[in-house]
Order: sequence, then structure tokens, then C-alpha cells
Amino acid sequence: MADFETPEIKEYPVIPRLKPDVMSHSKPFVAKEQFQEPLGFPGELVDNWQDKAIEKMGELQGKYRSLQVFLDICVKCGACTDKCHYYLGTTDPKNMPVARQDLFRQVYRRYFTFAGKFFGKLGMPGFVGARELDKEVLDDWYSYFHQCSQCRRCSVYCPYGIDTAEISMAAREVLDAVGVGQKYCNEIIGKVFKIGNNLGLPEPALADTLEGLEEEVKDDTGIDVKYPLDVKGAEVLLVTPSADFFAEPHVDGLIGYGKVFHEAGISWTVSSYASEAANFGMFIGSYENMRRVSMRIREAALELGVKRIIFGECGHAWRVAYSFLNTLAGPFDFLDPRYPVPQHICEFTYDLIQKGALKFDKSANDHRVMTYHDSCNVARASRMGPMPGGQFKIPREIIKATCNHFYDMPADTIHEGTYCCGGGGGLLTDDLMELRVKGAMPRMQALKHVVDNYGVTHMAAICAICKSQFSKVMPYYGFTMDQIVSVHQLVSDAIVMTNNEV
Amino acid sequence: MHIAFGIMFYIAGLLLVIGLIVKIKQYASTPAPLKIPTTPAPVTRTGVVWRMFTEIVFFNSLWKSNKWIWIFGWLFHFALLLAFFRHLRYAIDPAGMFGFLWPLVNNWAVQTAGKYAGWMMLIGLLGLFARRIVVDRVRYISSPSDFAILLLIIGIALTGVLMSFVAHTDIVQLKEFTIGLLTFNWQPMPTDGLLITHLALVLILMVIFPVSKLLHAPGIFFSPTRNQVDNPREQRHIADWARKLESSN
Repeated sequence: MADFETPEIKEYPVIPRLKPDVMSHSKPFVAKEQFQEPLGFPGELVDNWQDKAIEKMGELQGKYRSLQVFLDICVKCGACTDKCHYYLGTTDPKNMPVARQDLFRQVYRRYFTFAGKFFGKLGMPGFVGARELDKEVLDDWYSYFHQCSQCRRCSVYCPYGIDTAEISMAAREVLDAVGVGQKYCNEIIGKVFKIGNNLGLPEPALADTLEGLEEEVKDDTGIDVKYPLDVKGAEVLLVTPSADFFAEPHVDGLIGYGKVFHEAGISWTVSSYASEAANFGMFIGSYENMRRVSMRIREAALELGVKRIIFGECGHAWRVAYSFLNTLAGPFDFLDPRYPVPQHICEFTYDLIQKGALKFDKSANDHRVMTYHDSCNVARASRMGPMPGGQFKIPREIIKATCNHFYDMPADTIHEGTYCCGGGGGLLTDDLMELRVKGAMPRMQALKHVVDNYGVTHMAAICAICKSQFSKVMPYYGFTMDQIVSVHQLVSDAIVMTNNEV
Repeated sequence: MHIAFGIMFYIAGLLLVIGLIVKIKQYASTPAPLKIPTTPAPVTRTGVVWRMFTEIVFFNSLWKSNKWIWIFGWLFHFALLLAFFRHLRYAIDPAGMFGFLWPLVNNWAVQTAGKYAGWMMLIGLLGLFARRIVVDRVRYISSPSDFAILLLIIGIALTGVLMSFVAHTDIVQLKEFTIGLLTFNWQPMPTDGLLITHLALVLILMVIFPVSKLLHAPGIFFSPTRNQVDNPREQRHIADWARKLESSN
């Protein structure tokens, strides 16, 4: 299937021995000028890149307390070394969180700390873990900071909460500033600015797709469920990852959202201007770009005159929405103050279930034995509902309300300890296929455990990246691509449609 | 001898205090533009205080992470606390300004715990040292300075234990020396090799503290993933530099 070996799934998880540099060849395509320029980055490696990079590092350390503190306080205790799915899947030591951070930290030590400058002058910067910024280091940055999905698993286990995602974002921002951007992310952000979503689906294509969905649901259920686009005065603006408009199993989730809105009798709309929940500005660490993408949602909400904003199933998007949207594009004082801004579609559906407003025929999902994959950024960088941990409980409660058979994967692979799917953080691109397959190993191992022990047939997720990634990599591990489903696909299949008024 | 040490202690003390003030001011004044607590996170300030408490006192995250590092690390740090209280006896003048603390320090429990804490500290430190050699992952991430700092503290602990259990220094004279330093009334110090080594190593530790990873001590209080309240939807959080972007368009 490919020119690399799929990792073997062992009976029990083991911490692999180090195999230095086995992944140093893994690099995503570099962005050409046409993808750099719309984001305000130089088109190719600038001449004085060393100075520029160091200047940018200093600027970022002054803007982000996380970066400044994390660069100083790591004691190299080793607690994080066996926590990254990319390390477990690739065995490359530079995929250990601390070693990945040290690629950046060694340069910080050399140019920004007394110890690094002092021992640097003595000609032995390595004594204090410092190193000159040379081309080799820059290449390592490009390679290994694109082997981090910013999933934050390491930050859970670090005694100081050091989050490698913060370092990765900073490193990618420095790379962009010197002209070495990543094609996948930067091209996509450009598409959002130009067209409104990651996939570059223009308004007519969206209208066509949504109309098709209406017909499909009508054929299926005999009921006129609406999938509205750009409807002014709707109660709810739905912001969902653009993959929901056409990819499997994403679109089945979108069908589910529509049915829930229909049953709740709440008017809603998608915006063609802000037809994307994902915000790749976060992946490249760029506050400015992340803000520009977010502002589109604010503008669309104002333009359409909605009262609430609800986000569809998307992991990193929910992080930006839940944790950052109010900061980036707030305040949202023009929306209905009775609801949190924004809300997650799972919060919305769960509230309706609590109120008894939705009826389900669970037997419709009896051909499925379910498990649930906690998406990393939902689990460790956001919340649902009023209580901490609601992000674990609410999706599971929805699954249990719609399915008769549910089993969790092993405790150290779910909730805050969940493993990333292997494709997050701007790595969901074909030029990183080896990394994606290997990085999925810990999740596949946990899945195999419940498949073997409880006869689990399907895994549900609430993230567009997780869904795309799993459809692609599951066959490498002997599963089939349709074993990954949307949570709202389960809702869609089990919901009993009672509201025939439009 | 005592004059040289006295001057060195003043210099090292100044470097330590100024260095720490500079770093703490830097941490405090650098903005945290986004809400990034590692969730599930507390939704109230009180909850955050409790979270920080469990991290600092019990090393909560490390417990979840790795039991060996937790055992050795916690033994060392707890022993450090006990040893600190034992050492206060050499720096508090019962008749002086902090004399009211004297009964708290000069009692059997504190002194005995502090005495045996030296062994506990050595066990913890040797365990951490062994991990740096034995575990391939930890060996890979270790710089020479990581070993050097461990050796430095092992040296301090070892000379301390030897003075407690093998060859006592002239503790009365030592106390006169430290009180003299604190009151700017310099007195002679004992000159046995163990004490001189012990104090010299402590001087090095004081100097490197603000320019090394030992900054984890003040730094953890500023870690945004641990000290932020999880309330981004309820309360708008924005840094000054980010607010400036808003007025530009």
C-alpha cells in the first residue's frame, strides 16, 4: 500500500526503544509564494533568515507568556517522553515532546539566556543544551514541528503543564516569518479568505449540496427537512466544518443536525461567507490570521441577524470557538444572552434530549456496537456544558440515548488522556501519509482492544479531521473506512421525526 | 576566609534576589493573550487555587504521568522543605527580630525530621540521576548541565549528611557566622573541609538559580495551562497588544 511499514499492534502497549532520525525525512510540501503572500508571509526563505528568525522569536516571547515560561522551566524530567502518539508510532526520539520542544529551546537558550550566551562564548553551548541556529536546525524545525498535532496530551502529564502545542505554534510562526510556510495550511487559509471555506466551495456549490440533502432526507423520511443557506433572520447560525458538506461520514452528521433543528422547531441557516468552522490560523500559530478567519463568523452573524451561533462537529474548530472566539471576534452582545456563545451542536442536542424534546428509536442503531473517540482539542482545550468534563459526558450521553450498545476504550486512552487521531494540527495531508498512519497506532491499539473484547463495530467522533483521518488510516490496521461515524449520524439514524410542519 | 565567604554570600544573594525579581517581573508582565488551560479545568478562581495547590504540594500531574519520577522527585522536594526548616536554626537568633519563630524551629520533631531528610534527599536525587543514565529516553534529552545540576545538589546533600552523621562542624561558631552575615557584624567561621565544600556548593546553586531550569520553582505559578480559569465564553479575555488589532480595522 505504501513505501513504509504500518506499525504492528502489540497485545499490550509498550514504550518503544529510540530509533534516532527515522522520521527526519518526513516533511510536508513547502508553500509557494502564491500561498504565502495572501497571509502576509514572505514567498521564500529570506536572505537574512537567521536574524529574522531570532527577532521573531524575541517578539513572540514578549507576546506569549506561555512560550516565555515554558522555554525556561522545563527540567527534563522525562515525564512526557512516552506520551506522544507520534513517538509511540514512529519511535523517533525527536517526537518525544520534550525533545521536540528542545529543537526550539536550544536556540532560545543560545540567543536569549545568560547560560547559553556564556557557554556559547566558551565554544561549548551544548553543555547547557544551547545551539546555534543553522540550516540543519531550521530543517529539523520544519520536519518535526510538522510532526506535532498540537493535541496537548503532553501538557496533561507535564508537572508544569508545559504544552508542546504552544512551542509548535511559535515555531511554525517563525518558519512562516522567514518564508518557509507549509503548503497545506497556508493554501487552505487563503481559500477561507477568498471563498469562505477550507475546501473552496463557492456559494452555488453549497446551495446545490444543501438542496441535494433536502431531497435525500425527503426520500428517506418523507419529511421536508430544510438545509437553509444565507437565510436572513434565522434564529441560529450553524458554523460547521466544510467537510460536512460532502465527505463521508461527515455529511451524515450534517443531515443529523438538520433533523435535530427540525424537531426542535428552531430556524437555522448556514452562511456562505462563513461556511467554515475550522480555523487553520491556530495551526500556524498566527493570531492575526486566526482573528481574520474568526471575524468572518462575527460578520456573518451580524449580516444574517441571527440570535445564536452553533458549531458543528469539529475538534480544533471547537477549541478556537469555545476558548478563543470571544477573544478574537467578541464581544457578542448582539446575540441572545440566554445562550452561551458559541454553543456546540452536542450541547444543543443534549439539552433537547434532557427536555424530552427528541424521540429516538434506538433499535435503528442495533447493528452497531459503539465506542467513542474523544477528539484531542475538544477533550483538553475546551468544555461543553456548565461542568468541567462535560466535553466527555455530553457526546457519550447522546450516543447512549441513540444506541443500545456502547463500550469505552481503555481508561488511559480516553477523556483527558485521549490519543490524537494522528491527523490533527494541520497534518491531514497526503504528503504526510506515513506520519499519519504511524501516529494513529495508539488509537488503533485501543480500538482493537474493544473490538476484540466487546465486539465493537463502530467508533464515533465529533471532529472533521478525526473522521477524515480515520477513514483513510483504518484500512492500514485491518479495519474498514466505514467503521468511523459521526455522532450526529447516530442521532440521524435513530431520531423519530414527529414534527411535520415546516 | 570568613571575609571572602561573607562577600561571596552577599554577591550570590544579590544575584539570586535580583535575578529572580527580573524573571518574575518578566513572567508577570508578559501577556497571555488566549485562554489555554488544559481542560478539564476549574471554572472558578478558588478552583484554580486548589489545582495549583495539588500540583505544587502533591505533584498531581506527575503522579498521573510516571510513578518513578514522582517518587524520586517528591522525596527530594519534600526533603528539601524539611532540611530548610532544620537550617532555620542556624539563621534565627532567639533574641533577634525573628526570635518568635525559634520555638517552631528548635524542637525535636523539626530537627529530627530535617536530619534524616538528608538521606531522603539523597535517595531521591540518586534515583533521578540513575534515570538519566538508565532510561534511554531520559538519557537522550539530558544535557551535561542536567547532570551537573544534579551532582551539585547531591554534593550539597552529601556534605550535609556527613556533617550530621559523621563529622560535625562547629555549629556554634557557624551560627555566629551566619547571624553575623545577616546583621552585618562579621564573625569568623569554622574551616573544616565539609562545611567549606557545603557552603561553596550552595553559593554556586544560588548563582545559577535564576539562569537555569531551577526557574521551574517560580515559573510554575505562571503556567497558563494550570493557572487559568476555564471561563472564556462567560468573560472576554483580551491582551493589550491584541486589542490594538481591533482598532486597526
